[in-house]
Amino acid sequence: MSGERRERQRKKPLGDLLGLAAMGALTLVLLLLYPDRRGAVTGTAGDYPMEMMLVLPAVMLIMGLFAVWVPDALVARHLGRASGVKGIALALFLGALPTGPLYVAFPLAAALISKGARVSNMVVFLSAWACIKLPQEMMELQFLGLEFMASRLLLTIAMVVIMGLLIEALMNRYPAAET
Amino acid sequence: MNLTALLINGIALAGVVLSLAKDRKKTRQSLAVAGKSFLRILPMTLLIILAIGLLLGFVPPSRISQFLGEQSGAGGVLLAGAVGAVMHIPALLSFPLAASLLDSGASVTAVAAFITTLTMIGMITLPLEIRELGLTFAALRNGLSFLAALLIALLMGWIL
Repeated sequence: MSGERRERQRKKPLGDLLGLAAMGALTLVLLLLYPDRRGAVTGTAGDYPMEMMLVLPAVMLIMGLFAVWVPDALVARHLGRASGVKGIALALFLGALPTGPLYVAFPLAAALISKGARVSNMVVFLSAWACIKLPQEMMELQFLGLEFMASRLLLTIAMVVIMGLLIEALMNRYPAAET
Repeated sequence: MNLTALLINGIALAGVVLSLAKDRKKTRQSLAVAGKSFLRILPMTLLIILAIGLLLGFVPPSRISQFLGEQSGAGGVLLAGAVGAVMHIPALLSFPLAASLLDSGASVTAVAAFITTLTMIGMITLPLEIRELGLTFAALRNGLSFLAALLIALLMGWIL
């Protein structure tokens, strides 16, 4: 399994490069065919690369620091202990830390469930890991503004908690469906 | 440089300084990890930059608002949500893309649906989620996430 995962990781940059080459070629062809659009493409869009280059390296630095100082196993160890409202809050907080990609979190959550962690906390943890990550919130703040970012964050937290409790209730009621 | 960018860079800088004060070796490791992930995300970043350029240069705002604007109604929100659910681009890069869609006439609801399904639902990681956590768990989490994303998007459109 891990070999397969490593395989996918190794192949991915090549896919990205091919995609980039295709997109570059498409851009070139379109700009040659419609030279009058050149201004619109480079002018309006010019702010975006600038903004991305201002923010992305810093976001990567923050993620790099966390990867080294707060290993995933440490996160899991803390999450296994808490319960109740504190458990949910901790699952949100630990999930939101700038740690690795989502596929790292699945085995962590599975191991914790087998050790007796609540399903609701694991749903909250995984969902927070997927969509309330700190670096993402930073990018969202930069590009979509405080109002957008804050309201989406609060709504997402509410939904994720409701979803966790609902999934736990459903899985407890229909345990036979679990294979 | 705007305030947010300053803040983010400030946090990163403070982190590096703090880390340096505590442990030189770990700081060097962190920088290496950061550099590697930056290089890994760079091709995709350039791809998104080109895509935004083409979007703004060639797709008229009227066309975007036709599919994703206020008048597109429920169809536009569902379309944005579905595209977000199946697309696989790094979440970090979805925000500039979303901003450019918003700039050119997409509604807040559609853009919120797009980002939320994009980050919450992982089609690519679904097989792994099923294997690690079981079919019931994975199906419930991803299915309910789609509904939750639509609800979040509708509320966002209503609030903002």
